[in-house]
Amino acid sequence: MAVNRRLKDVLSRRAMFILTILSALVIVLIIVGLYLKARPILGSKPLGELLFSTRWRPLKGQFGFFPFIMGTLWVTGVAVFIAVPLSLLSSVYLSEYASTRIRRLVSPLIDILAGIPSVVYGVWGILVVVPLIKDHIAPLAKTFSTGYSILAAGIVLAIMIFPVIINVSVEVFRSVPDELRDASLALGATRWQTVKRVVLRKALPGVIAAVVLGISRAFGETMAVLMVAGNVARVPHSVLDPAYPLPALIANNYGEMLTIPLYDSALLLAAFILMLVVLLFNVLSRLILNRIERGIR
Amino acid sequence: MDRRRVEEKFFLVLMVGATVVIVSSLILILVQVLLKGLPALNLAMITQTPKGGFYLGKEGGILNAIVGSLYLAGGATLLSVLLSLPVALYLNVYARSGTFVTFCRFSFDVLCGVPSIVFGAFGLAIMLFLKMRASLLAGIITIALLIFPIMIRAMDEVIRMVPRELVDASDALGATRLETSFRVVARQALPGILTAVLIAFGRGIGDAASVLFTAGFTDYIPDSLLRPAASLPLAIFFQLGSPLNEVKDRAYASALILTIIILAISLIARWISKKFAAHVIK
Repeated sequence: MAVNRRLKDVLSRRAMFILTILSALVIVLIIVGLYLKARPILGSKPLGELLFSTRWRPLKGQFGFFPFIMGTLWVTGVAVFIAVPLSLLSSVYLSEYASTRIRRLVSPLIDILAGIPSVVYGVWGILVVVPLIKDHIAPLAKTFSTGYSILAAGIVLAIMIFPVIINVSVEVFRSVPDELRDASLALGATRWQTVKRVVLRKALPGVIAAVVLGISRAFGETMAVLMVAGNVARVPHSVLDPAYPLPALIANNYGEMLTIPLYDSALLLAAFILMLVVLLFNVLSRLILNRIERGIR
Repeated sequence: MDRRRVEEKFFLVLMVGATVVIVSSLILILVQVLLKGLPALNLAMITQTPKGGFYLGKEGGILNAIVGSLYLAGGATLLSVLLSLPVALYLNVYARSGTFVTFCRFSFDVLCGVPSIVFGAFGLAIMLFLKMRASLLAGIITIALLIFPIMIRAMDEVIRMVPRELVDASDALGATRLETSFRVVARQALPGILTAVLIAFGRGIGDAASVLFTAGFTDYIPDSLLRPAASLPLAIFFQLGSPLNEVKDRAYASALILTIIILAISLIARWISKKFAAHVIK
């Protein structure tokens, strides 16, 4: 009986250890897998041409990612421009000013916002944001736009990354010791001065981490962007132009026409680039956040 | 002195304003999806599969997508639980601390940030390698890859909160680690574990980019793991691409159905963590 229990324990320990290692290595597996699939195109074209050429003609064997990279950067940039000030102001309010009642009311709402599927955001974008831009914002700027534009994608993405930035930065603000606030208030500083000179300064690395996590979420978001960005493979020049971000490129084309030489390799190179950028951003911000967390415990 | 007061007020207004904008954007989204979706919603939508000419605005419903999504997300959740629970327990009961645990947590955190389109592309690459076709099984595996890190981290957070004394008491009674894991720790953390499972399920059922290449799409309810399966997010996406208003209206109704499912899951998760928290030893 005792031997049986021991044996079970030893066996399960081994099995669980192997499961843990395997699942921790999934990330490595994905990187290696994408790299192997992207290698044919990396081997046959110079990297500079792939990244900076504007010619995207798969049938002629021309794979210039520049319009798509610029599309991604524009869309992400607009989303960050809208989302960062709003979500930081809101997280300062929630962590430093709001009463417990308001906090209890708002925080589940933000969780719900985080849970809405991206395709529903896309539907909302088509229903509300796209017509708004077409009928009101574009005429205001004295140009024509179908509404399917960088601005539309940026607005939808901004709403999608609110919860990411808010949740992380509220945690970060909470990690600032109350003694610091008390000291500042006791010196006669107002609440806002305390926030500005003490809390924000102390929390700055964490706030950066929160923003970077938000950026990386926006960077890889696919469906909502695919639905409202317009998907025109040209380098955009204004926020009212359509764009064709990398994730949308993959979603629209992968799985079809894989008989064209190098085409699937090119699309997986796009996935690989996306993966590397997101990985870099995530590793950076996680390192910062882990240090903050260690400080608390 | 007065300038400070003005600055204080000014920023307070900005902060409250920002919070109002964020909260109202959520309410706006929910209300608009409801208003647009409700008129097109009827019993046939949720009880019938597409009939001939459905995508031209004729009879039928999206039962294929609803059931397909439940199969996909359900299968993926099941698969993830089988993987995540042992891993989360291993990290907390067996390994407890050290570089290995830190590395694993870090790896799962980073994996949580990987965009779902990357999982989709990776999934299809694997399928092409194995010469598999788009199927329920391939979709389940891809979604499982997407949601298991989320599930592990959520379970890990709650299992970490189990008081050390409980584990020590169990050890002192001569229990093996395995017995401690499943009879003490997992039971103590059960509400949190269930919440983690539901969160992962919600993420799985709403994701489109991961099943776009891997699960395929069909008008039929899949009767085998090797058949393609429809899913709600893709049903919304495809119907919205139609030039016909009847079909577009159905897309809005489908979006409403998906939103209701997601909200229900989130409510149940909340209810579970409240309800069962009473039975947990503090």
